[in-house]
Amino acid sequence: MEFGFTIAAYAVAAVLFILSLGGLSGQESAKRAVWYGIVGMAIAVVATLMGPGQGLFVASLVLIALGAGVGYQLATRVQMTQMPELVAIMHSLVGLAAVFVGFNADIMINNISDIYEANNLVLGAVAEDGYTAIGLPKEVYDGLSSFGKLIAKKTSVEINILKVELVLGIWIGAVTFTGSVIAYGKLAGKVDTSAKKLPGGHLLNAGAAILSLLLAIMYLGGAGSWTLVLLTLLALFIGYHLIMGIGGADMPVVVSMLNSYSGWAAAAIGFSLGNDLLIVVGALVGSSGAILSYIMCKAMNRSFISVILGGFGGPAGEQMAVEGEQVAIDADGVANALDEADSIIIIPGYGMAVAQAQQNVAELTRRLRAKGKEVRFAIHPVAGRLPGHMNVLLAEAKVPYDIVLEMDEINDDFPDTDIAIVIGSNDIVNPAAQDDPNSPIAGMPVLECWKAKQVFVSKRGQGTGYSGIENPLFFKDNTRMFYGDAKKSLEDLLTRIT
Amino acid sequence: MKIGTPKEVMKGEARVAMTPDSARQLQKLGYDCIIESGAGDAAGYSDDTYKDAGVEVVKTAAALWKAADVVAKVRPPTDAELKKSREGQLLISFFYPAQNEKLMQQAADQGTSVIAMDMVPRISRAQKMDALSSMANIAGYRAVIEAGNNFGRFFTGQITAAGKVPPAKVLVVGAGVAGLAAIGTSTSLGAITYAFDVRPEVAEQVESMGAEFVFLDFEEEQQDGAATGGYASVSSPEFAAAQLAKFRELAPDMDIVITTALIPNREAPELWTKDMVESMKPGSVIVDLAAEKGGNCKLTVMDEKIVTDNGVTIIGYTDFPSRMATQSSNLYATNIRHMMTDLTPEKDGQVVHNMEDDVIRGATIAHEKAVTFPPPPPKVQAIAAKPKEKAKELTPEEKREQEVAAFKAQTKQQVTLLAIGAALVLGVGLVAPASFMQHFIVFVLSVFIGFQVIWNVAHSLHTPLMAVTNAISSIVILGALIQIGSSSLLITLLAALGIFMASINIFGGFLVTRRMLAMFQKS
Repeated sequence: MEFGFTIAAYAVAAVLFILSLGGLSGQESAKRAVWYGIVGMAIAVVATLMGPGQGLFVASLVLIALGAGVGYQLATRVQMTQMPELVAIMHSLVGLAAVFVGFNADIMINNISDIYEANNLVLGAVAEDGYTAIGLPKEVYDGLSSFGKLIAKKTSVEINILKVELVLGIWIGAVTFTGSVIAYGKLAGKVDTSAKKLPGGHLLNAGAAILSLLLAIMYLGGAGSWTLVLLTLLALFIGYHLIMGIGGADMPVVVSMLNSYSGWAAAAIGFSLGNDLLIVVGALVGSSGAILSYIMCKAMNRSFISVILGGFGGPAGEQMAVEGEQVAIDADGVANALDEADSIIIIPGYGMAVAQAQQNVAELTRRLRAKGKEVRFAIHPVAGRLPGHMNVLLAEAKVPYDIVLEMDEINDDFPDTDIAIVIGSNDIVNPAAQDDPNSPIAGMPVLECWKAKQVFVSKRGQGTGYSGIENPLFFKDNTRMFYGDAKKSLEDLLTRIT
Repeated sequence: MKIGTPKEVMKGEARVAMTPDSARQLQKLGYDCIIESGAGDAAGYSDDTYKDAGVEVVKTAAALWKAADVVAKVRPPTDAELKKSREGQLLISFFYPAQNEKLMQQAADQGTSVIAMDMVPRISRAQKMDALSSMANIAGYRAVIEAGNNFGRFFTGQITAAGKVPPAKVLVVGAGVAGLAAIGTSTSLGAITYAFDVRPEVAEQVESMGAEFVFLDFEEEQQDGAATGGYASVSSPEFAAAQLAKFRELAPDMDIVITTALIPNREAPELWTKDMVESMKPGSVIVDLAAEKGGNCKLTVMDEKIVTDNGVTIIGYTDFPSRMATQSSNLYATNIRHMMTDLTPEKDGQVVHNMEDDVIRGATIAHEKAVTFPPPPPKVQAIAAKPKEKAKELTPEEKREQEVAAFKAQTKQQVTLLAIGAALVLGVGLVAPASFMQHFIVFVLSVFIGFQVIWNVAHSLHTPLMAVTNAISSIVILGALIQIGSSSLLITLLAALGIFMASINIFGGFLVTRRMLAMFQKS
């Protein structure tokens, strides 16, 4: 097939991808939107396979099929609570693929350059008219692969730009790769979730970044491929160190940030390959991740920069001492109170995901609703470890999405609510964010559940949240602590509510 | 240690500071309880019920004061009572230290520690021992009942075969605890209830109790009640005039007026003047809960019920809580018990008088031979959050102006952004060759489309969005597909790996997204 046809197919695919993202504006249209994405991807891949210059057709198909098998296994086996880990580890694959493609481009440039030399010519040289690039003899040119031909036709300026692009692609791809692996480790609990830095901290990152820049300049100056390898190693280190320095509570931002990076890496590779579809999709993904990160940061009232540079800053001054004591309550007490209440708001958090308690929460909701009580869910934008994490878990447990509300929609309703049940969330319901200007989370918008007539907090023990700060909510007069593993506590509770 | 409660010596006082229930709780804290014989009689608790609760009953007040380490009482001690106390003894009762300075000095001199239940700071943590509130609650309730007792009609409106009964109209002045309790009682009896308070922020509470808040046409920044511990403060003369004018307007219509306006440590403000009383219908009732402090109505006679020449009954009783002695003793004893809980952190029956504690410090007026009144302001700022700034009604012109201003600002911002963006793009165009710029256009447009599209994505779908974008970002597979056909083995290998990994991502990403989206369902 002709190259023109491939480009036409890319155009169709690009439109489908845009529709696929746009369709996510509503739950129902999203179900259609995901098919747009799948069809778009299929068209793009088929068109490329059929297109000119594709060698090893069968091998490619086999590889795709293998990947499909692995992907299928991953996707069907994963628990909904492990979604953050899955997304993180998949980002790493994109990053690594981008690195490989980038390296290939570099190797190809070297190869073509060698071929030029063999023909006593210089790659990228310009003819006397100052415009036409001096090409290879026709028989040599025809022997090249399509990517080789693309490079062979370039002028030296274009070659340099190509190199800039592939350096960017490799660098971002490498940062994404190690970053995602660490994020995966933290989310899966395989790496310590607290913010850790090697001695030197930010200086180390800055140093590595500057060194990368120097290496990039050397590479562009023709210093050879070893600079590229070194640069990649540095980028791998930066990715590792950057994400190690970010605490668990900031994970939603990190994951969407890595998502964004993987997009930019794809776009950079698209430039170096001269492939518009790669550029379009990379840019779409990149901007989408950037916006998501922005939304997350806003929800936590933190500047993007401070999140990326890692961890919650130290407290600005002495924090308010928390007065009073945590009063415990047992399942009977909670059941009685629920029996008398008319309106209930449930606030799920990461603890619910950890305890796999979403099914019990859903069952509780069903029973309470069957009794004619108004049950709603309040979701903080950064609840969980992934943007929208709680929504997905509740959806999995078949909680209808029209009773699951966002913070802004429901925050004003707490004073009219009889009971707020906090299940495994901590920082997002911390009144210190509003009351205590010295609190590390001061100014972060929180769910004002303490304004409800009564608050029950299901919590494993008396520990603090991810940010490691005391939560005055637990000490309030209208708060009762329902200690124990969320899943077990709810099971207890369910036996008392029929 | 021993906690003792003597019989109240003040005439007509029926309350008692310890009930059998509270005694049981106090014993759990490790205290021994003693009570003077007959102390609970008026409140409906006989000596026997106390004995059953494990309380030691002593014959005389003198013996009790001698035996007890802590004396809990209702009314402020008389001179004679205070003399019975000794150094190191702790006295807990109402005290009104601002009016009883001599008594306070005497207590300090002889070394008696005094915790004044009326001085408990008004912070959330201390609500459980806020005896003023629990007594005010009873007073508010009882005020309505007393009014009803002296009012010749129903509260609620009825249409019966024997004729139509109009509903009673009740005005409650001062919406503190007593006022709110009165409002609640009055509305639940069926009366049309109006309420007024100088603190506009309580309008919401008033309306939540079912009464109508009487607003004044008065423009003045009112001091926020929360700053003064939830109490009203003195208002300006202009405001007072506006308020009286409003009352004058309401007076002829009202059947029952209950005034509860008090300002801490001051004489009660005059709110219901003589001419208002005169303009009321015969048979109307005024209950003045501020009678003890001179009354909100100057015709009020303390502790008495009078009927004016035009047939208006004015009730000036000050012993409303005592008139419901069982109930008020219960609540007061519980307040005392909570105070003791705070004073006994170890639950070992030993009082720890922690002067660092805001609540204990605030309520203590004499300790270790020194007067400790007035207390420093509490460290924790009091009660209710600031009322929301009510958005001012804007005139159409102002609105228009604001819109224009917002539009201008927006235009300015957009133009600036566009200018910067355009300059950057043009800058790139200056150095980059045309072949690059062709792709660059695509890039810029795609970023733009991305920004436009993603803002519309529903919050709840952020996780599916991540999964989809993750899946489609594996479009890098195209790069690997193009490269795999290369003559170089290394390139082929790397490209093959790239294809494999990207393919995992494509299938995994889309499948997971499908799984997630399939789960979202409407109820």
